[in-house]
Amino acid sequence: MAILILAEHDDGGLKSETLNVVTAAGKIGGEIHVLVAGSACSAAARAACQIAGVVKVLLADATHYAGQGAENTAALMHSLASAYTHILAPASSHGKDVLPRLAALLDVAQISDIVAVASPDTFVRPIYAGNALATVQSADAIKLVTVRVSAFEAAEQGRSAAVEPTSIACGPDLGLSRRIGREMSQSTRPELGAAKVVIAGGRGLASAENFHNLLEPLADKLGAAIGASRAAIDAGFVANDCQIGQTGKIVAPQLFIAIGISGAIQHVAGMRESKVIVAINKDPDAPIFQVADFGLVGDLFKLVPELTAAL
Amino acid sequence: MKVLVTVKRVIDYNVRVRIKADGSGVDLGNVKMAMNPFDEIAVEEAVRLREAGIATEVVAVSCGVLACQDTLRTALALGADRAILIQTDVDLQPLAVAKLLQAVALKEVPQLVILGKQAIDDDANQTGQMLAALLAWPQATFASTLRVADGKLQATREIDGGQETLEVALPAVVTADLRLNEPRYATLPNIMKAKKKPLEVSTPAELGVDVTPRLTTLKVVEPLKRQAVVMVADVAELVAHIAHIPQVATLRNEPRGN
Ligand SMILES: Cc1cc2nc3c(=O)[nH]c(=O)nc-3n(C[C@H](O)[C@H](O)[C@H](O)COP(=O)(O)OP(=O)(O)OC[C@H]3O[C@@H](n4cnc5c(N)ncnc54)[C@H](O)[C@@H]3O)c2cc1C
Repeated sequence: MAILILAEHDDGGLKSETLNVVTAAGKIGGEIHVLVAGSACSAAARAACQIAGVVKVLLADATHYAGQGAENTAALMHSLASAYTHILAPASSHGKDVLPRLAALLDVAQISDIVAVASPDTFVRPIYAGNALATVQSADAIKLVTVRVSAFEAAEQGRSAAVEPTSIACGPDLGLSRRIGREMSQSTRPELGAAKVVIAGGRGLASAENFHNLLEPLADKLGAAIGASRAAIDAGFVANDCQIGQTGKIVAPQLFIAIGISGAIQHVAGMRESKVIVAINKDPDAPIFQVADFGLVGDLFKLVPELTAAL
Repeated sequence: MKVLVTVKRVIDYNVRVRIKADGSGVDLGNVKMAMNPFDEIAVEEAVRLREAGIATEVVAVSCGVLACQDTLRTALALGADRAILIQTDVDLQPLAVAKLLQAVALKEVPQLVILGKQAIDDDANQTGQMLAALLAWPQATFASTLRVADGKLQATREIDGGQETLEVALPAVVTADLRLNEPRYATLPNIMKAKKKPLEVSTPAELGVDVTPRLTTLKVVEPLKRQAVVMVADVAELVAHIAHIPQVATLRNEPRGN
């Protein structure tokens, strides 16, 4: 058995999601290879060589992989696939873009967002916004799986007997798609998916100004990432990529503090695996208290500054 | 240009799911069903393209049981011009749906196919990408804005940590994210009108597509219940409860894990 992992990276460096996928691959068993496909991405490939458990790093470096479009990336992986029993990617926006496309090229099913490995052909995945967990078995010769990063520990990095990246022949440039713009959120905070503490705000904060004025001092103190409900994002309090939930980020930090969030199932889907959940809400019947460990009923405009001061 | 838009019949997003006692799946008996919310957004976008004079015809497609006709009638009431049901009682998985849609696309020759980015039942987020691969078309997934001009499509995509804009040649596949638009409600006159719009029924066999499932669901269970909530009276009590968490403990200069 050999497993190919599509690395999450930004050319200059490896993203931490890759480490969690390596751990998931370890639970399947078999030789682990990592593919770094990008443009001027050798630094990311060298970083992948440092991950414990990885025996080979494939480097496909070409300008037509700049932007890591799904069409060219899937075509490249299609040519590599026959050597593998499993192909894994994080259930990131990139992994979710590429892996189903590859699956169709290979005429195999794809298994999305696994949270556990039951055996090399059987996986556990949430369905219905995490209200049910399905155990599914694949009969395909190659298993294509995206991995819910928050469900697996990060593999160790920084081993000494490192492997060297192996440059591979690049696939064709299909010329189907061109990236013409990209705006990444600038933040000095930890990434939402990897943060140990997440402070999440909802519609209850009532304005963008309140959202920032109340949540940032608390997040600063705790070194936390800031997340939000869909309602807060739709109201323009904070950027789209802060959305937590069924259709946003999935987080599982040590501490999650939900402030002015009602706890709709679509939101809970993204945070229910957090270690400790604290909810602050003025409505004692808010569903968020059904998933919270500690609940505080009251006006967030009074309680949040109090909490920040008390820490 | 013709636009194909896909709609899936799923459990209504407000309904609490119940798991069957034998662990074989989710109990859909007597449960309110509705159009997948992401597909409502896809339909809305297609209809807006027609209203803007960019699309000439909007064809809604659904794959599944006979009752998917209701979902298609909703799409027609929202403004689609006609509808196609690929009827089967087989439990359809994303690859099978993508193959059915490919067969429909080869017959209908649309310039654009818009799908919801995921269905809220299986949460797979696969079908649009698979369809694009089968057609060898470009894909713009998780789209939050669309512009079509001069045979090209520009789409802003919601990606981890920000957003990006792609330009792809038509024909293309787009999957709709939540913020692409706010779908309208079907008005009563439009619901009445929709009853007279054409709805064609076909089958996987007629399209020559093998829809045999590739994945077997061995069991479906409820997620682990969390412990009951402890309601605290004030901030001081809350802080006492979370003081042992390392990130809090460091702040408070207390011993870790205590
Ligand atoms: C297909 C689909 C996908 C979705 N995906 C997501 C998703 O990924 N993530 C997501 O979050 N949502 C998602 N939603 C939306 C979800 O259903 C809810 O609408 C949303 O989560 C509500 O956000 P909220 O809790 O901030 O707002 P509300 O439900 O309006 O809750 C606001 C809360 O703030 C409290 N409050 C108000 N003022 C105060 C105050 N002064 N002090 C204390 N408390 C106060 C209120 O009591 C209330 O409980 C999705 C919906 C659909 C249909």
